[in-house]
This record gives sequence, C-alpha cells and structure tokens, in this order.
Amino acid sequence: MSIWARIAGWAALIFGLLYFFVPLGGLFEFSLKARRGVYSLDAYASVFADPQFQQTFGYSVIMALVTIVIGILIVVPTAYWVRLKMPWARPYVEFLTLMPLVIPAIVIVFGYIRLYNTSSWLPLTGSVMGTNILLAFGYTILALPYMYRAVDTGLRTIDVATLTEAAQSLGAGWATILGRVILPNVIPAVLSGAFLTFAIVIGEFTLAALLDRPAFGPYLQRVGANKAYEPFALSVIAFAITWGCLALIQLVSRFSKTAPRKA
Amino acid sequence: MPFVIFVTMFLILPTMNIIIGAFQTADGSFTFQNIIDLQNGTIPSSYWISVKISVASAALGCAIGFAMAAAVVFGAVPGWIKSPLLTFSGVASNFAGVPLAFAFLATFGPVGLVTLFLRNNFGIVLQRDLGFSILSFWGLTVTYLFFQIPLMILIIAPALEGLKKEWREAAEVLGATATQYWRMVAFPILFPSLLGTFALLFANAFGAVATAIALTGSSLNIVPIQLYAQIRGDVLGNPHLGYAMAFGMIVVTAVANIIYIWLRIRAERWLK
Repeated sequence: MSIWARIAGWAALIFGLLYFFVPLGGLFEFSLKARRGVYSLDAYASVFADPQFQQTFGYSVIMALVTIVIGILIVVPTAYWVRLKMPWARPYVEFLTLMPLVIPAIVIVFGYIRLYNTSSWLPLTGSVMGTNILLAFGYTILALPYMYRAVDTGLRTIDVATLTEAAQSLGAGWATILGRVILPNVIPAVLSGAFLTFAIVIGEFTLAALLDRPAFGPYLQRVGANKAYEPFALSVIAFAITWGCLALIQLVSRFSKTAPRKA
Repeated sequence: MPFVIFVTMFLILPTMNIIIGAFQTADGSFTFQNIIDLQNGTIPSSYWISVKISVASAALGCAIGFAMAAAVVFGAVPGWIKSPLLTFSGVASNFAGVPLAFAFLATFGPVGLVTLFLRNNFGIVLQRDLGFSILSFWGLTVTYLFFQIPLMILIIAPALEGLKKEWREAAEVLGATATQYWRMVAFPILFPSLLGTFALLFANAFGAVATAIALTGSSLNIVPIQLYAQIRGDVLGNPHLGYAMAFGMIVVTAVANIIYIWLRIRAERWLK
C-alpha cells in the first residue's frame, strides 16, 4: 500500500465522516439556539409542552406497534410455510416483498385513495377507524422488505423441518408450533425487524399526510413551516429515537450471536 | 395464504389501479391521451429536474461511497473502522425523511452552522458568492447524498471484498502496474456492480418525497412534489393525468431496478 493510497483513503474517510456528522451537529446546535445569545433547552421545553406533540407522537407509537403486530402475524407464518412446504415459491415471495422498494410509497397511497375511497366496494377511508387500519396496512407493506428479510434470515439458522416434526409428534397443532416453537426461536430476528419497522413508522410522512392522519411525520413538517426552532428540536428527538432503535437491533443481534445455536 | 391476499389487496391492486387509470378516460374507456398529455405544461420539466437530481446524487453517491468503501476494504485506514462504518451505513441509508431535511437546513440553510462559519471566518456567503442555496437543485442533491453514500458503501463493500487477492498477484506477476490492474482487471469485474448500484441509487432518489417536501415546500418542481400536490388537490385539473404521472414514476423506478437486478446477477458470477 503506497503512501498516496493511504492518504487518499484517509481523505475519503474523513470527508465522509464530516459529511455525516456535521449536519447532525448543525441540527443539534441549532435546536439549542431558541434563546438569543446563549444555548438553552427552550425549544425542547416548548415542544414537550405542545399537546399536539404528545398526541401525534402517541398516535405514531401506537401505529408502529400495530404495524409490528400485523407484520409479525403475516410475515412469520409465510416465511415459515415457504421454508417448510413451498421452497419453490421462495423467489416469488422474495420478489413480492421487495416490490415496496420499487414502487414509490406515494404511488401506493395514491392507489389506496382511489381503491378504498368512500364510493368503493371497501370504503376504508370513509371512517376514522378504517383509515387507521388502512394506514397500518400501508406501513406493514412499507416495512415488508425489512421484516421479511430479517425473519427469513432468522429461520435459516434453525432446523425448521425437525422442529416441526418433533412438535407434531408431540401432538402440537399449527398454531402451537408457530407460536410456541418457531416464534421463540426466531425472536431476535423478529425483534430486529420490529425495531426497524418502529423507526420507519415513527418518521414516516407520505402515507400519513396523504391519508390525513395526525401522525408525527406530518406534524413535524407542519411545525417546520410555522415555527423557528421547535422543528429542529423535534428532528433531534426523531433522530434519537431512530438511532436508539437501530442501536437496539445491534444489541439484539449481538446478544443472539452469543446464544448457543445448532446449525 | 393470507400473505398473498394481503399483498394483493394492499400492494398489487392499488398499483394496478393506478396503472390502469393512466390509460383510461374520465368515463372509463381506453386511451393513450393521458400519457401523451404528460408532455404538456410543467410536467416534462419536473420529470427532467427529478431525473437530474437523481442522476447527480446517484453519481456523487457512487463516487464518494466507492472511495470510502475502498479505503476501508483495502486497508488504507485501520481495520477496526470497518465494522462501525458498515453499521452506521446501515442506519444512515434508511434515514430519509423530514428530520433529514431539518438537519441540512440547520447546517447549510441561511443561518445554518456551516453557512455562519463560512461567513464569520472567511467572509464567504454561500448564497451570494457560491450561488448555493439549500432550496435548489444542488441543495437537494447534497441532502440526498446523506442516504445515498451509506447505501453505496453497504452494497459495494462486499463486491470489493470479492476481488480476489490472487487476481492482483497474477496481474503483478505478469508485470502489470497498479493502474493497469485497476483498468484492465478490477474495473471490468466491478463494472456491473457499480452500474447496478448506480441504478438502485437513482431509483432511491427518484422516489424520495418527504425530504423534498420538508426542505423546499413547493418551490422546486420535482415529480414527487407535483404528484403530492395533485393527490391533495388535483392541481392538474385531470385526475387521470395524475395516474399517468404516477405510472411514469413506476416506469422510471422499475427500469432502474431491473437494470440493477440484471447487472447484479452478472456481477455475482465473479463473486462466488
């Protein structure tokens, strides 16, 4: 390795790290500037005192949890069934789960509005509850690529066929097998998918805004258009939550690596 | 299977609905008129600026991401940096959205950290002296790079690791210089990966909505923003023209992704 290659390598790395950390630093610094001349937490105080913040944030947290539950209910049985009985279907299922990365979210929600409006056969957008359900389903679709990949990777590390046969020979039904044998075995994978889902849903904007639900993303955008420092404090909070979630994924995957496992 | 029903109802059908809607008139008969009408008004310019931003952010993302990945993989910097960098990239590549827009506003905006730093210490005013505004083409490109670079690192690092030591040694034994090795061995092998990742990055930037809306409001006329306004209030005056626009977006991202998948299959031949 020549000295020039080394210098170039360091230059690239330092440039990249500056690129990542200067905006985060800028964001944090700006969020502290609400009081003229000194750093203060005024913007944060104002944010936490805003009842709309509590409402939208609470709403997004609930949506995230609902999405995670729906995601687990749909993805775990599917990935399990495909591994066990229909290996030929794997490429197709994988292709389907990757579609949300190809079709922009704005197009998907556009389709929802057209397909499930008040005059359609399934008027989900007609009621508040229906729209909430539609939004949760939409989030599940958005999170599908991450959830499916996480669970599928988790299933790869356990012997699905043997576990199933063992459970069956002890008289377990499908629900018992899935809930009490398979799920506990892939819990680290499911958790990492769940945290990623949580991070995605908390900050999501497009779906919530176009379905007109009071979620955190649209609130953040609205505050951004109207207030000076608060949106920056909110962004710091959003960053912290996302990074917290992803740190938890790291923790969970590290934890699961140390656990004993048969191939 | 519930999975198939779920995906059909909430992914396939809505998308098909938009695609079919793009080829229908208001009373439901078949037509190409909506697609033809895409040439009118501000739509071509919004597609053009969207494509420009996507190309610029994908190209720069590829270049910078490649340089960083190469620095780490080929050992120009200490080895322990690699694992944190990859973890970090996994996080940052998922981080598009409204908060990202505010991070860049706080940094390069009119009273941002870097803007003030340059003005107070060097007397450079970004807007006046360099013609740079965060609400412009370059502003959006620079912001998108925040998730483009990590995505590039994530995808290209395994490809770089797949370059076998033996190939370099073989080239050296045959008397090749480092430049020749890169130009005639490594680059042709990496080329499908590079081009494929470029396509993926392009699609990634093309579909980004939230960052753009939070950053520029409606001052920059890119496709996602225009489509957003159309869904909210039918600004084009013809719902089916909106479907045609959405259809155009699917076509662009689908083509980019097909290129990515096809080139990836080609690239993997060498990486076994």
